Amino acid sequence: MRSPLGRAIGLGSAKDGVEHWWLQRITAVALVPLSLWFVIAIIRLVGADADSVRDWVGNPLPAILLVLLLIATFYHASLGLQVVIEDYIHAEFAKLGLVIIVRLACFAFVVAGIFAVVSMAVGTSN
Amino acid sequence: MRSADRPLSPHLQIYRWQLTSVLSILHRAAGVALSAGAILLVWWLVAAASGPDAYQSVADFLGSWLGLLLLFGWTLSLFYHLCNGIRHLVWDTGHGLDLKSTYLGGWFVVGGTGAFTLIAWIAGISSWAS
Repeated sequence: MRSPLGRAIGLGSAKDGVEHWWLQRITAVALVPLSLWFVIAIIRLVGADADSVRDWVGNPLPAILLVLLLIATFYHASLGLQVVIEDYIHAEFAKLGLVIIVRLACFAFVVAGIFAVVSMAVGTSN
Repeated sequence: MRSADRPLSPHLQIYRWQLTSVLSILHRAAGVALSAGAILLVWWLVAAASGPDAYQSVADFLGSWLGLLLLFGWTLSLFYHLCNGIRHLVWDTGHGLDLKSTYLGGWFVVGGTGAFTLIAWIAGISSWAS
């Protein structure tokens, strides 16, 4: 995604800066209610054992909200960490390498988290 | 001059810190800390899905002094990043960018972070005690 002005004048980056900026904001807006819900849910679960946690994730609403939280969190994190890396790491090779590692790690963590939630929600885990 | 030898701005040794710049760099620091906290969330979920033994080891770690310290740091980071993130979203609409509003909003964020963190931990401790 490029800004209309950038496209018209033909100046600036030919990459996807606007999309990066926009998705950072969309995920931020999503994370406002999701993170507040998560904090309240965690407070209620203080001291809970494994069975209580699984019972809780077994309900549709917590399971769905947890999956949404995981997606928004790791998307937001990968975009944010990319900017931090690009600002402070100046060697091109190290910068690119770190950005790739962060992207892949965020993807791996979100898959692991969603799998854990889904397996508890549908009751197939042992 | 090679690019690596060039002086970097701001010159931190002589830089006069202000509320706005401190909050700006803290927003990044909190974001990086929360990324690590997100890994803990996944670890906790995977452990719960794996069974009682795996879950207990996570619960033991989180109940230790180090675990509680990390949880407190993450609570602080979460509420700070949340409050200051809303401040950023307001700026994105083009509002509140004058000097007075950035300072006022900044102090609101500091107060909100402290208040929310305190409330969350009081609620958490009373939930644990009951």
